Amino acid sequence: MHKIIKYVVIDIIRNRIVLGYTFFLLLISLSVFSLEDNTAKGLLTLLNLILFIVPLVSVIFSTIYTYNSAEFVELLLSQPLQRKTIWLSLFSGLASSLCTAFLVGAGIPILLYETSLTGIMLVLCGMLLTAIFVSIAMLAAVYTRDKAKGIGVAILLWIYFALVFDGLILFLLFQFSDYPVEKPLMMLSFLNPIDLTRILILLRLDISALMGYTGAVFKMFMGSSVGLILSFVSLCLWTMIPLILSVRKFNRKDL
Amino acid sequence: MIRIENLSKRFGKLQVLKQIHFTCNQGECIALIGPNGCGKTTLIKSILGLVVPDTGEMYFNNNKMNAQWSYRSKIGYMPQIGRYPDNMSIGQLFTMMKDLRKHEQHILDESLIKTFGIDNMLNKRMNTLSGGTRQKVSAALAFLFNADVLILDEPTAGLDPLSSEQLKEKIIEEKAKGKLILITSHILSELDEVVSHIMYMQEGELIFYKDIGTLQNETAETKLSKMIAKKMIENKQYA
Repeated sequence: MHKIIKYVVIDIIRNRIVLGYTFFLLLISLSVFSLEDNTAKGLLTLLNLILFIVPLVSVIFSTIYTYNSAEFVELLLSQPLQRKTIWLSLFSGLASSLCTAFLVGAGIPILLYETSLTGIMLVLCGMLLTAIFVSIAMLAAVYTRDKAKGIGVAILLWIYFALVFDGLILFLLFQFSDYPVEKPLMMLSFLNPIDLTRILILLRLDISALMGYTGAVFKMFMGSSVGLILSFVSLCLWTMIPLILSVRKFNRKDL
Repeated sequence: MIRIENLSKRFGKLQVLKQIHFTCNQGECIALIGPNGCGKTTLIKSILGLVVPDTGEMYFNNNKMNAQWSYRSKIGYMPQIGRYPDNMSIGQLFTMMKDLRKHEQHILDESLIKTFGIDNMLNKRMNTLSGGTRQKVSAALAFLFNADVLILDEPTAGLDPLSSEQLKEKIIEEKAKGKLILITSHILSELDEVVSHIMYMQEGELIFYKDIGTLQNETAETKLSKMIAKKMIENKQYA
C-alpha cells in the first residue's frame, strides 16, 4: 500500500498546484499575523479564511484528481492489488499531501505566533477538515461517472456546507425564536464539520462572551472535555463515513 | 485452468453476458471472436475483475476468483485501449510496475521492450505517444511478468505490420511454453497460425468453443475466416 501512496504523492507534488496552495496559505497566515498586533484577533481572521479556503481547495482538487487518476487506477486494477488498497492509497496520498500543505502553510505560522491549545486545535481542525473534504470529494467522484457532473456535485456539496447550511440554521432560528432552541441547534451543528470547527475555535476565543445566552449554552457543552472529545470524534466520523461508503461503491464499480 | 460457470452481466437494460459457461486449459491459445458489442471485452474484464459480474462463479486453478485479487499476478493483460497516467514517462511507468510487484518472485521478460525498441524512448511522456506506441507499451507490460495466462484484447489493432508480426511470433513462443493465451481480434487472417481453439460469442452468449481440428472437420475448410463464416451462416439458419 505504501508504494502506491508514494506514487500518488510524487504525482501530486509534480502537479505543483499543492505547492501553490501551500505558498498561498503561508502568505495569508503570515500577513494576517503581521497585520494584527493581537494574535487572538489574527487567529479569528485566519479561522474564517481557513474555514472558507481549506474545504474548497480540498474538495475541488481531490475530485479533479480522482477523475484524472482514472487511468492510473485502471492500470493498477489489472495488477494483483486489492481494490480497497488502491482506493485507500489514493485517499491517503491526497489527504496526506493536502494536510502537509496545510501544516506547512498555515500550521507553522499559527504555532509560531499562537503557541496555545487554541492554536493547536485550529491546526488539528484544519487537517481534519482537509481529510473530511477529500473523503467527500472521493465519494462524489465514485458515484458519478461523468466528470463535469462529479465536479459540479463536489462544488454544490461545498456550497451546502459552507453557505447553505448556515442559512438553514438561521432560518430555523428565526422560525423558532420563541422556543429554547440552543440545545437542538447545538446538535444540528454536528451535521456540518465546518460549523463544528468554527464553534469549537470561537468558543476558545474571548469573543464568545458576545454570543449571549446561546454562547453560554454552547460553551457549557463544547467547552467541557466531553463536548470536546465528542466534537473530535464526530469530525473523525465525518472522514470515515464518506470514505467507507466510497470504498463500498468502488468495490462494486465496473470499469 | 480457468473455469467459468453461469456468468451473467447486465449493464442497465442491456444483458451483456448470458450464462457463459466454459473451461479452458493450459497450453491452449484461444481466439475469442464475435461481432462488435457481443460481450467479448466484458467477458475479459470479468475474468480480470475489472467488471463485477451479476451472477456466476469463476475459478482460477480451482480457486474461486470472484472478488479475489491475488490470482491476477498470474495474468498478463493487454487492454484494447491502453490508458496510462499522462504525466509519466515510459521509463517511469515500467519502473513503477516493477516496483509495485517487486515482492512477487518473477523472472522478468523484457524481450518485447527490446524488440519494439521501447528502451530507446524511455523518456517519452505517455500523453505524447501515438496509438501504436501505446499498444507496444501495453504489450510489453502484459508480457513483462511472465504470467501463466495472457489475455490480449485486440493486440494487433494499430500496430504496424512489422511489430504486429513480432508480436505474433512472441505469442507463438509463449504458447510453446504451455501458457494459456486468450486473444480477441477481428482480423481472422492474423489468427490463423496462432490459435488452437475458437470461442465464438454472439449477443452475450457463447455459441461454440471448439478446437481448430474439429472446426476443420465440421466445415471442410482450412482457412479460419471461411470456417467462421460457414459457422455463422449455420447459426443464422438455426436461429
